[in-house]
Amino acid sequence: MAIIEQIVELLVRAVMQGTPLLFGSTGEILTEKSGNLNLGIPGIMYIGAISGVIGGFFYQNYTSSYNMILAIIIPLLSSLAGSLLASLIYGFLTITLRANQNVTGLALTTFGVGLGNFFGGSLIKITKSDTPFLALSKISAAYRTTLPFANKLGLFGQLFFSYGFMVYLAVVIALIVSFVLKRTRVGLQLRAVGESPATADAAGVNVNKYKYFATCIGGMIAGLGGLYYILDYSKGIWANDAFGDRGWLAIAIVIFAIWRPNVSILGSYLFGGLYILFNYVSVSMNLLPLMQMLPYVVTIIVLVIVSMRKKRENLPPASLGTNYFREER
Amino acid sequence: MNKEIAASEKANAHSKSAPFITITKRDASSLKRNIVVRIIAIAAALVVSALLTLFITGENPIKLFSTVIEGAFGQFRIWGTAQSVAMLLGIALALTPAFKMKFWNTGGEGQVLIGALASALVMMTAGGLPHWLASILVILAGVLAGAIWGIIPAIFKAYWKTNETLFTLMMNYVAIQLIKYFLKVADGSGSSTVGPSLLLYGRLPVLFNQQYMLNIIVVAAMTIMMYIYLKISKHGYEISVVGESENTAKYIGINVKKVVIRTMALSGALCGLIGVLLVGATSYSIDPNLAGGNGFTAIMVSWLAKFNPIIMIFTTLLIVVLSRGAENVSMTLGLNKSFSDILTGIILFFIIGCEFFINYQIHFNIGKKRKEEAEDNGNN
Repeated sequence: MAIIEQIVELLVRAVMQGTPLLFGSTGEILTEKSGNLNLGIPGIMYIGAISGVIGGFFYQNYTSSYNMILAIIIPLLSSLAGSLLASLIYGFLTITLRANQNVTGLALTTFGVGLGNFFGGSLIKITKSDTPFLALSKISAAYRTTLPFANKLGLFGQLFFSYGFMVYLAVVIALIVSFVLKRTRVGLQLRAVGESPATADAAGVNVNKYKYFATCIGGMIAGLGGLYYILDYSKGIWANDAFGDRGWLAIAIVIFAIWRPNVSILGSYLFGGLYILFNYVSVSMNLLPLMQMLPYVVTIIVLVIVSMRKKRENLPPASLGTNYFREER
Repeated sequence: MNKEIAASEKANAHSKSAPFITITKRDASSLKRNIVVRIIAIAAALVVSALLTLFITGENPIKLFSTVIEGAFGQFRIWGTAQSVAMLLGIALALTPAFKMKFWNTGGEGQVLIGALASALVMMTAGGLPHWLASILVILAGVLAGAIWGIIPAIFKAYWKTNETLFTLMMNYVAIQLIKYFLKVADGSGSSTVGPSLLLYGRLPVLFNQQYMLNIIVVAAMTIMMYIYLKISKHGYEISVVGESENTAKYIGINVKKVVIRTMALSGALCGLIGVLLVGATSYSIDPNLAGGNGFTAIMVSWLAKFNPIIMIFTTLLIVVLSRGAENVSMTLGLNKSFSDILTGIILFFIIGCEFFINYQIHFNIGKKRKEEAEDNGNN
């Protein structure tokens, strides 16, 4: 029995570790499907996190009343707003001004990580607040509220119902994005924009509009990953650089999932599991870095195999990383 | 000019009246114009950064400015600034031949780190060898490791068109984890760096009693050689042809696969060399943060300079002076040091954005409308 309990615990923690990755990779897939390789996603996830934290900070410290709905809605909306603004910077530079996507994305990541760490580390000083450190315990409690019957169902309940609402939100969003991309007209046109913008343009699709919407919605989804990490996983406590390289891992999962959000659900939980597997298998601590290397190595292998097999539906969007300028056809 | 007319005609065909804004590509922009646009962009970025700093800190602007200058050029900071410039410029130079070939090497960070790791291995183990031989091995190991890290993605790109941006990006994290593994194995104590007490052998010489002098001289030489290599040599020519058009390259008999692999080997090797300098000549210690994100910043530095090694000196200076200045501001005001990243980001956004006004021309079609219509009628 003990073994099963341990396995369930591992799975639960894998899901929790995997959820930020799932938000990030779903957002990046949506963005990449429009042909925009947004390397700013790690930065956007930081911005999504800190925007939510700032919203929550003001709500928690400057209002005396406490309302659970508001405690959830305010950080959520401020996170979405922050990610939207960050995505608009990327979108404006690459879509309207046709700047190089790699450079713009990396600049956004520098900016976003800096913004997150700066406000995370200095918010209390700037607002001259009297709290000793940045901890949003009340808000985090709201985010971590589980269904009331979760702990009455034993291991089953633990495995499926023991999470805050954002874990389910991540899965739902991934499934919706998957459905939209595959089964709807909008999805078809979006994929057309990513594969061959000139053809899509000729067919009457507004290329720039699709690129803007995909980039912004994708960025907002990814930003939620940062928000989940702070308010749910880290119990509302901000620590600089704690989010680490998860943003890049999310980009790796995009490849691992061969640009499919539904596959990305499994991929995220798998990579999340690899992150914490060392707690459960008896290997020497020395091997820990090699185990944490696995996700990246697996990603490289997938990338190589996909490019060798050249199956159309598995390849990256054909125009990925390039900008579209009508007069250059 | 023909292009322009064609564009506006096309626009006319789509809708009855000409759209409010038409955008056309500039054929060639004058040097003077390029410089003016960039200076305006940098000035605008500095104004925005200054306003932001004022808003957050509420300090006296003149004092802030002097703090920035002090942070970059102050008596105790100037050598550190020179070292930062040398290392960032070195990596940017290393990445440049790959970028010119339109091979997006986002793996500079990993190539530097793996070079550093190989050097550190030699520095730890080459106890029995004479010092000069150990030093040579330190250099060779680092350069070779960097080259291998560059060649692996290049082979897959050349033969199977594997996406190099994503491949090299992932290789960074493989290198980082390898260093973490090395730290665990080399130093049983579990500390997060392996320092001078373990990396004893084959250290590179300290020139003129100045710790960073060797780095600065090596990178200065690299700058000149890279300029010559890209501008004059046959390799440089091949790189730019492959970058412009692979089909053209094939047509005129360039072996594209060979050029891709050779150029990435060079790019990786030079990154590895910077790794050697960081471990073998600077700190004699290694940790996963050794390159400090410079592998990524260098991508932007190189791109901002339009891949020109001489201009790269100035773009590097801009970034380093700003970030060290901002670092000083945050230090004296007790703010988080990430403030400099925010300012760097803002500067980059402005310079990235201004490229548009260099490459494209915007026409506002107010007032001109009637004239164009008249011309159209005349043509018909």
